[in-house]
Formats: sequence, structure tokens, C-alpha cells
Amino acid sequence: MSPGSINKTMRTTAFKLSAIYLIIFSIFAIFLIVYISLNTQLLMTRQLNSTIEVEVRGLIEQYRSGGMPGLVKVIEERSRRPGASLYLVTDNSGHYVAGNVAALPKWVLDERGALEQTVSYQRLGETERKEYNAVVSVYEMFGGYRLLVGRDVGEREIFRKVVEQAFIVSAILMIVLALLSWMFVSRKVLKRIDVIAQASSNIMRGQLDERLPVTQAGDEFDRLSENLNTMLSRIELLMKGLKEVSDNIAHDLKTPLTRLRNRVEVTLASESGDADKYREALEQTLEESDTLIRTFDALLRIARVEAKSTQIEKTSLDIGAVAADMAELYEPVAEDEGALLTWEASPGFVINGNRELISQAVANLIDNALKYAVRHVAKLREKGAVNGETTLPDVPRIHVSVCRSGEAKATSEGGDMRPISLTVSDNGQGIAKEDRARVLQRFVRLDKSRSQPGSGLGLSLVNAVACLHDARIELGDNAPGLVFSIHFPPAPETKGEREKRVLDS
Amino acid sequence: MRILIIEDDIEAAAYLARGLKEAGHHCEHAADGDQGYTMASQSGYDVMIVDRMLPKRDGLSIIEQRRRESDETPVLILSALGEVDDRVTGLRAGGDDYLTKPYAFTELLARIEVMARRRNPGEVETVYRVADLELDRLSHSVKRAGDTILLQPREFRLLEYLMKNAGQVVTRTMLLENVWDYHFDPQTNVIDVHISRLRSKIDKGFEPALLQTVRGSGYSLRVPD
Repeated sequence: MSPGSINKTMRTTAFKLSAIYLIIFSIFAIFLIVYISLNTQLLMTRQLNSTIEVEVRGLIEQYRSGGMPGLVKVIEERSRRPGASLYLVTDNSGHYVAGNVAALPKWVLDERGALEQTVSYQRLGETERKEYNAVVSVYEMFGGYRLLVGRDVGEREIFRKVVEQAFIVSAILMIVLALLSWMFVSRKVLKRIDVIAQASSNIMRGQLDERLPVTQAGDEFDRLSENLNTMLSRIELLMKGLKEVSDNIAHDLKTPLTRLRNRVEVTLASESGDADKYREALEQTLEESDTLIRTFDALLRIARVEAKSTQIEKTSLDIGAVAADMAELYEPVAEDEGALLTWEASPGFVINGNRELISQAVANLIDNALKYAVRHVAKLREKGAVNGETTLPDVPRIHVSVCRSGEAKATSEGGDMRPISLTVSDNGQGIAKEDRARVLQRFVRLDKSRSQPGSGLGLSLVNAVACLHDARIELGDNAPGLVFSIHFPPAPETKGEREKRVLDS
Repeated sequence: MRILIIEDDIEAAAYLARGLKEAGHHCEHAADGDQGYTMASQSGYDVMIVDRMLPKRDGLSIIEQRRRESDETPVLILSALGEVDDRVTGLRAGGDDYLTKPYAFTELLARIEVMARRRNPGEVETVYRVADLELDRLSHSVKRAGDTILLQPREFRLLEYLMKNAGQVVTRTMLLENVWDYHFDPQTNVIDVHISRLRSKIDKGFEPALLQTVRGSGYSLRVPD
């Protein structure tokens, strides 16, 4: 590994986590081992002391019953046993009388009672003086004799060494294990992260249709990837919308702009200098630019609504009132055109929505219906007149209604969750089945000649507004004419409403 | 009127100032937010026209601060943003009216003239009178030359708005916003149709015709010159 890659490895989360685990485990292990060894040593020391005490008592008993010779005999006998304790009996001047200790520091015999202290000594019969550690107890007997009984503490030392070794071995083992697990974890984790990083850099480079890989593990990486993928899909959709808008602008805004430019050019080129002509041209230019601005505004608004901007405020909205309001706004227009605009909308159909946008959608629908119904009926009349028919066709009719749709069904909450349907129907020529989905797209106008005014954006906005409100659009046949329905999900019932409903029932 | 224009687009500001001058107003211009705030706080204006996005300082923050400093000068916000929610934030910041770029000059002129007049406090009138046309806001009754005229509720509100701003030009969008409370463009000439209905009720058979069409701008309720 190069220094750079080591550095990189050290900075990975996997490495950091492993290091933290290692440190925590080590502290814990040290604590455990120290605790065990301390306790064991304590226990062994206590055992040693009680052994010595028992022996001392036994030997004193011997001295009392058998005198010095008896004691010497017992001591010599005991000294010969393998793993014997230490024994030493001295007279009042400190000379050796019996025992298996050859040499001892002088001060030891001056102590009285149990001496929980380690002293070094030399065993009798060993040629050279070897240092051992032992715990001794000195007892002064009648007649100035002193009895020393002790036990070697080598065993304890050996145990301590074993513990020490165990600690070192386990520490090494732990480090090795930590390193191994770190390598395993970091390789596995890094590999997945690398894959994700690779995919995302591909996406950044412009491969917008690429998605992050999702394994079947269902772990947090999969969750992350799935979320990012959803986000990417959404972004792609928005980008597509944006691209569509720019394509539309290229197609449908360039034409009027060209017209505008040509008119100005022609007017400038004419040498008549007629002020009225200039004025007329300017007025037309103004009108045309206003139309362009309107189209721009409509496009921007559609894009904004389609982006489902969270800034678009939604409130509890009585859609029946909105529909009645819009119908009322258009009623005189319809009358002027010789059409009949009727509406039925009882209040109380509440959805969660944006008043401005839904009003505009309803306005667009009524506007469309009016336009097509009037045109169609006029056409029929013209045909009728040519064929000499005496019965005139019906007047153009537009009907706006708001009602619940679908079967009545009680939900678990008990509220009526059937969709609220806003319907605008007319008796125009209707839309052929195969064209129904298409008319919702931008700039699509079924009238190929485009002789009628209109931007072809009205229904796109309706579609975008419906999407924003999670509503479903349905286009049907009014035989003759079009039935345009938007099925809105109703607003969840408020607590007050529920109480009222329960009381009513 | 003394009008302060805070707008960073010099050309747009010059065009605006020229138009307002022709309409008989006096204009001063600030090209950035800081200068605009200083000018607004140093001398009193009758109306301020504030662009929303300005260098150095945001237009809305100028309005907010002036309002905190109890400056009640009517403010018209100009903005390239035009969505429903942008309008709402603009008006919440203390603006009195909101106009989206690009706008028709006649629209802007009509709005600031109505705005400036509305600010002049006086006792709230309960009866509006223009010539022999009379509208009683309390009893919801309308009379022309003593004859009672029956109006639909919406027609009443339309006439009420026109009479409240009698002598001023009101545009179609102003009517749609103030009488119907809609801020979108209904494409068709809905307002014209409503106006002609109203006209047939209040002007038909009476002299002179009070509800006049102002070419290229909108409508005005006034005694003809």
C-alpha cells in the first residue's frame, strides 16, 4: 500500500470504528485480568497464612507434650516430605536447633507472630544459596526457643506469571482479531461505497438514467441507494419537464416571435411614413407581445405546479363554492355567446387545495367547453341551413357540477372518503378516445389549422393542477360532447366535523 | 405625486420615470437597495415602486424595515417572479400591491394612482355618489336619479369598487383581483362582459353615461368631461 492509500484507509469510518472497538476491548480486558489476578492472589495469600497458622499450632502442641526432642523429631520428619513448609527452631541465643532453613536474614527472627511478608532464605542441604521468597510466621516458645514456620510463595509467583502471559497472549490475539475484522468490514463496506460513488459520479457526468445498485441485502446501504434512486427519478422527471418546456418554447414561441419581427420589419421598410399605419402596426405588435407574455406565464406556471413546489399553499377548500364562483364569472360570457351555462354545486365538498390554482383550472375547463360547444353548434346550424333543415340544433350547453362519486362505503374512521368529482360537460364535438390522453400535453391542439385562439396550454395546466392535488382526470363521452372530470381525494375529516356527524346520526 | 422608483434596471427605470412624468408625476430613482432605503427614509414620497430583486439589498427587506419604522407610504412591488405564493410574501412584507414583470404601463399607472388616493384617510364613507348615481353600502341599495336599480351581489361589489375609485382608471386585472379575488389571467374577456352587463343596468336610459371604457387601460366611473 502506498502512503496515500494508507492515509486514505486510516480516514475510513471502518478503520476509526475498529480502532475505537480495539481500545474499548483492551481497557475492558485489562480490567478483567487485573481484577481476577488480584483476587486470586489475595485468596492464595489467605490460604497460605491459615496453613502456616495451623502448622504452628500443631508444632507448639508437640513441644508442650513431647518437649524439644519431640518437636525436633516432628520437624525433621516433616522436612523430608516433598514440598515441605519451612521450619526453623533456634535456642535463646539464636543458634540453630532444628529445621530445614540454612540461612535467613537476621531480623526475621526478631519479629513476633505471623509475618505476612516475603523473605528470602536458603534451604538446608542446598549447596549454594538460592533466593526464595516465602511467607513466615515466628513464634517464641517457653525457654527462649523460637519456632519459625513458613511457606514458599513460588506457587503464587508462578500463577502471577501465568496470568501475565495470558494477558499478553490475549492482547496480541485481540489486536490481530481487530485488524482482521477491520480489514473484512472495511473491504466490504468500502467496496459498496465505492460502487455507489462510482455510480453517482457517472450520474454527475450526465448519465442521468443510471441508478445506484441495490443488493438484496435490505441493509442501510440499500435503503440509502433506494432513496437516492427515488430522488434521481424525481430529478429526471423534472429535468424532462424542463426540457419539454424548452422544446415547446422553441416550437411554439418562435412562430409568433417571427411574426412579430416580420411585421416590424415590413413596417419599417415601407416608405409611406403614414402615421396611422405605424400606429396600427405598433398596436398589433403590442397585442402579439401580450399574447407571448401570457403564453410564457402559462408555461412557467405549469412548470412550477408540475414541480409540486412545496411552497404552494394548500388550505381546506370548498370546491363546490369555487366551481359556483367560476361558473358565475363565466355565465354572462356564455349568455353573450348564446350558450347556456348551468351549474349545481352544493357547499360542503371540502378538499385540501390551492384556491387560486383550482379556480384557474375550472376557468380553463369552462373556457374550453364554451369555446368548443359554441363552435360545434354553430357548425351544425350552418350545415342544417345548407341542407334546408327546419329544426335548429340545440343551443350550446355547458354544465358544471361537483358531487361525490363512486359507491358509498364506510371507512374505518367512518368519514365519507369517496372522491369529490368536479365535472364540466359540454355538447361540443367531444374528443375521440385515442386523443383523450394527448390533449393534456402542452401545446397540443386537436384543431390542426390552429385558426382558433388559444395557446394549447389550458388543459396542461388543468392536468398539472390535478397532479398537484393527487386528483385523477377522466375524460368521457357526453354523447355528444365531452365530459371532463377531476376526482379529488376529499380532505380528511376534522375532529369537529366528525363529532357533528356522530351527533347527527 | 412624488414617486420613488427603486429599480436596478436603469433602462426600465428611465422608461417608467418618463411615463410617470408624462402623467404629471415627479419621479426620483434609486439604483440599488441601499440607496433606495436611504432615499426612502430621508424624504417623504407619496408612492414607492420597489423592485423585488435588487443589488446590495433585497426589495422586501426595505419595505419591511420602512414599515417597522412606521413609514406608511403606499408601496407597489415589481417582480419578475409572479406565482401566487410570491405575491403573498410580497404583500405580507408590507407591500400594498404587486405587479409582475413584464407589465403594461397603463396597469402600473392605474394601480399607483388608486393606491395613493386610497391611502388618504378620511371617514369611511357609507354612501358613494357619482353624479346622480348613488350606492349605499349599508342597505346594499343602488339608485340612479332616484330610481332603485336591482343588482346581483357580484354586480354590486363591482360597482362598489368602481365607485370607491370613482374618477380613477381601474384595469381589468384590478377588477378581477379586487372584486373576484383571483390573480390569474382568465384569457377570455370575462370582465368586459360583466362591465357591459353592469353598464346596461346603471347607464341605460340615463344621461350621461358614467361607466366609461378607457381605451388601452380599463374602465373609469366618472362624469364625462
